[in-house]
Amino acid sequence: MKAKHQRLTLGIIALIAIIGAGLLAMSALKDQAAYFYSPSDAKKAGVPTGQAIRLGGMVTGGSIVHEPDGVTIRFVVHDNSESVPVRFKGIVPDLFKENSGVVAEGSFAADGTFVADNILAKHDERYMPPQLEGEMHKTGKVE
Amino acid sequence: MHGYANPARFLKVARPLTAWFGWGGALLIAVGMIAGLFLTPPDYLQGESVRIMYVHVPAAWLGMGGWTGIAIASLMQLVWRHPLSGVAARAIAVPGALFTALCLITGSIWGRPTWGTWWEWDGRMTSMLVLLFLYFGYVALANASEEKGSVSRVTAIFGLVGAINIPIINRSVVWWNSLHQGPSITLKGSTIDSSILWPLGLTTLGFSLLFGAIVLMRMRASLAEIRVEARLKRMAEA
Repeated sequence: MKAKHQRLTLGIIALIAIIGAGLLAMSALKDQAAYFYSPSDAKKAGVPTGQAIRLGGMVTGGSIVHEPDGVTIRFVVHDNSESVPVRFKGIVPDLFKENSGVVAEGSFAADGTFVADNILAKHDERYMPPQLEGEMHKTGKVE
Repeated sequence: MHGYANPARFLKVARPLTAWFGWGGALLIAVGMIAGLFLTPPDYLQGESVRIMYVHVPAAWLGMGGWTGIAIASLMQLVWRHPLSGVAARAIAVPGALFTALCLITGSIWGRPTWGTWWEWDGRMTSMLVLLFLYFGYVALANASEEKGSVSRVTAIFGLVGAINIPIINRSVVWWNSLHQGPSITLKGSTIDSSILWPLGLTTLGFSLLFGAIVLMRMRASLAEIRVEARLKRMAEA
């Protein structure tokens, strides 16, 4: 009986130590493990010009502009507090649209424009049939 | 629990339970799949590819649930020395790895049309891939165990330590900016419309029952192997 209690105590201590170590590691990783910078993060971190990063947020409604060359687009990515103009030359995924999530890979140009060389669409956690599409998905929440 | 430490008593329950779980699971999966493929509406943005969810979500749940089971069994083995815990943990490992792989594969197939990429190193995907590698490590350690049908203490400790990855997978989309969307189904409710959601419950329960049946089958096979070994040993001595 005594040996069993000893093992139980040892097991619990080990578990607490493992969870503690995990949480410590996670909090240290908090910035490094982020998949993308939001416009606010990018401003706060002061990302230098030319450094390759990913920028994620919502595409501002009405901001998508097609350049005359036909393959370049401009749009604005926002996270409700900051916004960044983005330029991209290439083919965007089908789900890339205004008021929807986006992750752009690229770097900041000297004029503060984010020059993307790859665009990924970010789907949010809301799923609904087409007839319900309406005001429901236009809340523009950034995750 | 120690009432079932006796393999004979365990087998008496496990045998009929295997059939119930197996057939019940198969029926639920069949109904859920037909509903998910033909009866539910497509999503307003994703279109038809939303249907991958009916396999992807149960696979993710069983990949993570499987390791949670291994961790609980490992704790029971280390603390209470329950004789069946090692057999159970070993039985869970291979189907757990299989469903984790299924989750990664279906996620990748969904990611291509939705996100525009097969694979990205974001928090959710990376931690799920780590889980698959943990399963591979566990299976290798279990196979290297001297214990017949069960697993060594080192394997059990590995099963316990590896559990740290489970809350990380679960929280990865909340803690870090990730490409993978946040949780749709939380304690507060679901952000999936009920017309799309309902077959998911059927397939999740169905795959879970099937998983249970596979684990019970594997446990019975392990116990039978132990008995064969013991009998051969007795015959050799006689």
